[in-house]
Amino acid sequence: MQPKSAERPVNNTTYLKKESRIARLKSEIKRGKHYYILLAPYMIIFSFFTVIPVIVSFGLSFFSFNMLEIPQFIGWENYSRLFLSDDIFMIALKNTLMFAAITGPVSYIACFIFAWIINELSPKIRAFMTVIFYAPSISGNVFFIWLIIFSGDTYGYLNGFLMQIGIILEPIQWLKDEQYILWVVILVQLWLSLGTSFLAFIAGLQTIDRSLIEAGAVDGIKNRWQELWYITLPSMKPQLLFGAVLQITMAFAVADISIALAGFPSVNYAAHTIVTHLMDYGTIRFEMGYASAIATVLFGLMIGTNMLVQKLLRKVGT
Amino acid sequence: MTLIRKRKRIFRFQKKLNRSLPVSILLFMILALFGAFMAIPLIYAFNNAFKPLDELFIFPPKFFVRNPTFDNFFDLVAVMGDSWVPLSRYFANTFIITVIGTAGHVLLASMAAYPLAKYRFPGSRAIFSMVVLSLMFSPHVTAIPNYMVMSLLGWINTHASIIIPSMAFPLGLFLMKQFMEQLPDAMLEAAKMDGASEYRIFWSVVMPNVKPAWLTLLILQFPVLWGTNGGDFIYSEQLKPLNYALEQITLGGIARAGVGAAVALILMVVPITLFIISQSNVIQTMSSSGMKD
Repeated sequence: MQPKSAERPVNNTTYLKKESRIARLKSEIKRGKHYYILLAPYMIIFSFFTVIPVIVSFGLSFFSFNMLEIPQFIGWENYSRLFLSDDIFMIALKNTLMFAAITGPVSYIACFIFAWIINELSPKIRAFMTVIFYAPSISGNVFFIWLIIFSGDTYGYLNGFLMQIGIILEPIQWLKDEQYILWVVILVQLWLSLGTSFLAFIAGLQTIDRSLIEAGAVDGIKNRWQELWYITLPSMKPQLLFGAVLQITMAFAVADISIALAGFPSVNYAAHTIVTHLMDYGTIRFEMGYASAIATVLFGLMIGTNMLVQKLLRKVGT
Repeated sequence: MTLIRKRKRIFRFQKKLNRSLPVSILLFMILALFGAFMAIPLIYAFNNAFKPLDELFIFPPKFFVRNPTFDNFFDLVAVMGDSWVPLSRYFANTFIITVIGTAGHVLLASMAAYPLAKYRFPGSRAIFSMVVLSLMFSPHVTAIPNYMVMSLLGWINTHASIIIPSMAFPLGLFLMKQFMEQLPDAMLEAAKMDGASEYRIFWSVVMPNVKPAWLTLLILQFPVLWGTNGGDFIYSEQLKPLNYALEQITLGGIARAGVGAAVALILMVVPITLFIISQSNVIQTMSSSGMKD
């Protein structure tokens, strides 16, 4: 970049300072040439498919755009429509927040507790249990198995079982009854959610310094709960922060499972989330400006919650 | 001999600090209970693939298979043999997407992670914060502009539309960078003393030393691509991946339940096997995954 400051009337010393800073920057960039070359392929793809889309999405949210006509600037209209006159968005928002509020913390705590108990086992059993708990999250679309379990006829596993032992007399429409849909989706989501953060916790627990625990015992730590609170948790703070980010992001993005289990759109929008609302407007109605406004709200929700939780977690134990 | 071993075991048991037996048993029971909850659907999916048709629709439903058969797999070949696009084509598509996407991701993420982990240069912090920030939202947020970018590049209805973006997933770069930070600086400096260029250092010093991290990136990326159904960008039948075929088969409803279970088993066995093989490496990498500042 050319130094613009040369055109401006500045006094001599600041001019020199600026000049030298730019020169230094230049030489640093030159020295780091190889680093930029190594970074380039990744960053080009990253910019094209993450950075630019985020910016474009934000910009588009102020336009009315249907992919055919030229976009028209309409200011805050998309947002005011979203919050003031879109009842279904309110259902989606409510569902998403409820999903996030339940699956986020529950899956996070479950990841930690199971990792913590598994860590007590001998290495061979530990490896086996890790596979059992981690497998659902990498086994692809096997969650369709839940469709058979919760199937609404007597062949459904749960219905068959409950009828056999006599708790219910007639099959329940698990995936069509508004009373149950949301809970079924939450259950399956939890089943799938012991993923990367779970592994990070297992790893974090294994690297805790044994001598810390022994020192703690000398200092009067008597049982496992005290050890957990005073030694284990503070020692794995970095992993806890990392896991929180992944679980929160996942908790807000529930869509595929809701669609696979409850259909799209679900009965009376009972399992409608912000992401499915976004799909509705983006891929079916082609109201791109409006869909971008939905995406921007989702973006704000995810980033906002993540930042807040990071701040809170950093305070734990300090 | 045995006496010594026994004494050793007792010794180890006593060494466990802060543990009381009743609570341990209670916790392990909880673990077993939830382990069953996690495993039952998978075991069920496994059993279903080997059930003959009459067992699939028995009432009350039976959990375990009684007369295991490979009929479902033969049926799968038969069903797909009649279809316009042969089954092998779906396999090939999934294979191409998964192999190129995963290999590319591991390579590009390592290339980018090395300078970020080991050097400070103008923009390095900003780039890394951007990557961390992008961990904090899901790709759904960018779905709409992504479509525009794809059509601008002319990648609609090509495998590139799935492969290329997947190479720049932020999680891989983040984990690789955290892992590379642990490499001793002295090792890199020694290589530099010997006159190796940055690229050479990266390729013959750094890369061989971060093998556990490769496997981790692989195990995180593989299931994502292996399980892709082609997303919104691929509409030609002959370009669709295996998971799409599975979805179509399960849409066939009751008549295709056996075949669907067979495809599901194929889809699920591969990533799980991969994880079992690479587990210890993955755990080693994950121990450096934490977020510090």
